[in-house]
Amino acid sequence: MRNLFAFLAGGLFGAGLFVSGMTDTTKVQGWLDVFGDWDPTLAFVMGGALIPMAIAWQITRRHVTSVLGTAFPPTPSTEIDRKLITGSILFGIGWGLAGLCPGPSIAAISYGGPGLFVFLAAMIGGMLVAPALRSRMDRAVPAE
Amino acid sequence: MEQDWIWGLVGGLLIGTGGATYLLVNGRIMGASGIIGGLVDGSGLSTKWERLSFLLGVMLLPVLLMPLYGSVDTHITDNWVVLAAAGLLVGIGTRLANGCTSGHGVCGMSRLSLRGFAATGLYIFAGGIGVVLFRHLLGVI
Repeated sequence: MRNLFAFLAGGLFGAGLFVSGMTDTTKVQGWLDVFGDWDPTLAFVMGGALIPMAIAWQITRRHVTSVLGTAFPPTPSTEIDRKLITGSILFGIGWGLAGLCPGPSIAAISYGGPGLFVFLAAMIGGMLVAPALRSRMDRAVPAE
Repeated sequence: MEQDWIWGLVGGLLIGTGGATYLLVNGRIMGASGIIGGLVDGSGLSTKWERLSFLLGVMLLPVLLMPLYGSVDTHITDNWVVLAAAGLLVGIGTRLANGCTSGHGVCGMSRLSLRGFAATGLYIFAGGIGVVLFRHLLGVI
């Protein structure tokens, strides 16, 4: 049952990325290119996605566990640490450079051509080295 | 072109409904980088079938929809050096920040998470700087 609903959720996510044009790198780069031919589509995608999610978070306030019995994720941390800042900046540069982020890179797997696999292989490589960088950054913070 | 925003909104609603389903039914946050990353570095192996099912859905639905849309172009660059550098930055960055466009952007901001807003603001800003630098100043993309 968990896998079935995970598949359905993933399907909706993939369909949404496809329909909205977010697997087209020119639309993503067009959104980021404020000094060029600016394309606002991504703002509509983000706005549209926030509506059902905001409703869902409201529902979680009135229940303890999900339909399948898993506890809802804990209240998020408010700490803006160096990992969040550094990671977000690095991700943003990579996102702008190729016009791809993790979701669309998976959604486009069947039609992205060989270049997509170069991106995916490098992304997986990055994800493999990230834990070592994380712990280095944790250690670099002076103990109080 | 004038209809792009409508399809953006429709697609966004689908993405948000997917995230809502994953949260309300499975009790999980829909973050693409977290779902993939947990499989890659082994930290999420206890939920591997759930993660793989999710990713299978992401891959399969565009295939099913494609006949309705005719040919689809991703306009991915042919420059493999750019792709490799971008992939590496995306992989490292999303795992350091613990989220990407779906996790911090869609799930975090809809929850009014401070980290979600900070991450989203930062990666859009950095992406904008990147496009100006690489497209308009250096001309590599």
